[in-house]
Amino acid sequence: MTAKHQGTKPKRKGSGKRPTRRAFLGGAAGALGGVAGGATLARAGADPNITELKPWMRELGDPVDLFPYGGPSEFEAHVVRRNVEWLTADTTSSVNFTPIHELDGIITPNGLCFERHHAGAVHIPPEEHRLMVNGLVDTPLIFTMEDILRFPRENHVYFLECAANSGMEWRGAQLNGCQFTHGMIHNVMYTGVPLRLVLEQAGVKTSAKWIMPEGADASAMTRSIPMEKALDDCLLAFKMNGEALRPEQGYPLRLVVPGWEGNMWVKWLRRIEIGDAPWHHREETSKYTDLLANGKARRFTWEMDAKSVITSPSPQAPIPHGPGHTVLTGLAWSGRGTIPRVDVTLDGGKNWHKARLSGPSLEKSLHRFYYEFEWDGSPLLLQSRAHDSTGYVQPTKTQLREWRGVNSIYHNNGIQTWYVDPRGVAENVEIS
Amino acid sequence: MSKFPNQLALVAVIVLVLTAAVVLLSERASQSGAEEGHSALEWESPRVTALGWIAGAFVGAAQAQGVAHGAESPVYPGAGKTYGLGRAALPEEIAAWDIDIRPDGTGLPEGAGDVWTGEEVFINNCAACHGDFAEGLGRWPVLAGGLGSLTHDRPVKTVGSYWPYLSTVYDYIYRAMPFGYSQSLEPDEVYAITAYILYSNGIVEDDFELSHENFTAVRLPNEDNFFMDDRDAGEYAAFSAEPCMENCKESVEVTMRAAVLDVTPETEGSATEGSATEAATIEDEEEASNAVDASVVVASAVGSEAAEASGEQAPLDAEVLAASAPDPELVAAGQAAFRQCSACHQIGADALSRTGPHLNDVFGRTAGALDDFRYSSVMTEAGAAGLIWTEETLAAFLADPRGYMRGTRMAFRGFRDADDIAAVMAYLSTYAE
Repeated sequence: MTAKHQGTKPKRKGSGKRPTRRAFLGGAAGALGGVAGGATLARAGADPNITELKPWMRELGDPVDLFPYGGPSEFEAHVVRRNVEWLTADTTSSVNFTPIHELDGIITPNGLCFERHHAGAVHIPPEEHRLMVNGLVDTPLIFTMEDILRFPRENHVYFLECAANSGMEWRGAQLNGCQFTHGMIHNVMYTGVPLRLVLEQAGVKTSAKWIMPEGADASAMTRSIPMEKALDDCLLAFKMNGEALRPEQGYPLRLVVPGWEGNMWVKWLRRIEIGDAPWHHREETSKYTDLLANGKARRFTWEMDAKSVITSPSPQAPIPHGPGHTVLTGLAWSGRGTIPRVDVTLDGGKNWHKARLSGPSLEKSLHRFYYEFEWDGSPLLLQSRAHDSTGYVQPTKTQLREWRGVNSIYHNNGIQTWYVDPRGVAENVEIS
Repeated sequence: MSKFPNQLALVAVIVLVLTAAVVLLSERASQSGAEEGHSALEWESPRVTALGWIAGAFVGAAQAQGVAHGAESPVYPGAGKTYGLGRAALPEEIAAWDIDIRPDGTGLPEGAGDVWTGEEVFINNCAACHGDFAEGLGRWPVLAGGLGSLTHDRPVKTVGSYWPYLSTVYDYIYRAMPFGYSQSLEPDEVYAITAYILYSNGIVEDDFELSHENFTAVRLPNEDNFFMDDRDAGEYAAFSAEPCMENCKESVEVTMRAAVLDVTPETEGSATEGSATEAATIEDEEEASNAVDASVVVASAVGSEAAEASGEQAPLDAEVLAASAPDPELVAAGQAAFRQCSACHQIGADALSRTGPHLNDVFGRTAGALDDFRYSSVMTEAGAAGLIWTEETLAAFLADPRGYMRGTRMAFRGFRDADDIAAVMAYLSTYAE
């Protein structure tokens, strides 16, 4: 009910002004070329940040109980999810995007995980929530959240990517920022119960081939999932990154379908029906099917192909420092397994270099890569290319279009290009 | 650099575990295949096959837990038996939730509805977003037309041109429509709307009646143009070649730039986002509050009133407020009830008339009077005849919109609970000049 921690923090006295990202991208960008270069090496005189005593060095800071639930620094207020208003008819059946250009490592903080709802995010009291398992079972069952918490649990880190991530880019470069081109993804550690343990309680009949999870919100989201996947690695999750699921991520219970498109990870999960055939519901017929150039459409394109994107430099994260040592970083992932290798090019694909992967390499999880280089200040055409553990190599957008045309909306995993000009400003482009 | 040996060791462990997993998987596949002769997608009795397999198989793999995450599958104490959790579902509980319909007609309730009835029900419940002829208003979905457009530059994917099964239409309308008032339609109404959508797509004639009996006889034109995901058959191999690493191209040209389109949010000129971002960095308190979006101020004021009402200070604050403002608890309840309205109606400083007219200053406003909204003719006429929204007239309208004003475009069926009406009106009254 009360969310006071989300309010604006008290102003600190005398804190220094920090130029906003906007100011940097706008007016200041022109001056970058001139300032850059010797700026970091030869300063005129001593740094007042050192020679002048700061208030925080003398005065007391916050008491421990000021924020019972902590939030980010006030200087990080620009790191937020964003909506693209023209995409959808209204904001309750809509999507916002993870600010991946501001993040590092592989874990997405819970408050920054992108949201996609079909009838708004709902708030369900856990004591009123029920999970029903019915259909082709020996005994249809009802579980409370207390029941769910008595099953054995597992912890797994998985990425969740919307099938429509990068869907606005099929016809060409459109949105200037990886938050918008690639931000329908997040990666958290789930705590949950293996779905098979819950299904086994009900006793699944041998004629059962499919399950249909259903949400408790006003869209009552449904998808058909083959039994093989349900028994393999699906989870009924109630925690993300150690704390309860956020309401917008399906509190109190959501389905986790590792490596498969996010729409199947039904939130606010209230029911699982077991059947002998798929249901062909709205989100697997009119939506989430991939229309090809010949007018025919693929259905049940569940698995997310290997993909990667450079998150910095990128249009929202330009190079601020001019020529010299430069850190390039990005994310790579595959619904088929791990990412053993990522290639990076600075010249639009003439020559490629193997990037350095850092952090845990987990199945169906984001991977973090880095490539450090000496930038000479000349224009760059940056791309990254993911290889997954099955040998699949992320295709170019041209390759993808040869197979699929430009009308399939979903599953665009083509290689992304950023153009970086001599000022360090980056732009979303396509190249020959 | 010095981490290299560690990484090699890690790789070795992963390879070992993966190999173990592959061996086990193939064992399982050959067992079930030999015994039952079923295809890979099929699946056998879980209690015998799956759990027995899991319990035995992963004793070795469990040693590598925490290293090879993906291959992990722990042994649970007592695996292979049920945990005695959950209780049997009652038939009436299953009936209440089991609303899904399949292409073979499974799940269809008894009922019937014809095209003409469907047109009326559609205009009352659906046309506010989908248009009178299912053509789609604004960015809301187009439901009719588009036949033959799937190979065009801009395909129009409708029930007639794209959807493979009629059962999906019925299922979705009952499940999730009208938007913001789900599971409110009677079976006969859903059959009627579905018949009307078929008619507006030219699939049936105007004398058609759809029922649970003839439902599966109706086939949609695009049914045969869907096929199972075949990426593994073609693309996967094409995209699995070892790529070029050096001297791969002679030259590179930029062929398209996102800046040309300029559709990215947060570019300059996006005033509302700008003020919100800037406000966070402004030092001076007064400047900050001036820059903050006025709607945010209003909303948080309402919120803090509600929060205080439940706190110790409540009696005093409530008394002070009562003189000039409505009961904060009622306003908070109204804000919650307003969710049923907010799919179509906006309120607050930036409110615009979109699917429905904005609701700032609604009390004292003449019905059908906003210039920026296209009202139904009956609403405009009522305004011309002198209808002004007051506590009395609005309460009557919200109790039964279509009873109060036959022909209104507002799809909402009215609040069942009079308390909700009082609460929503209290909430609306906080958005007066």
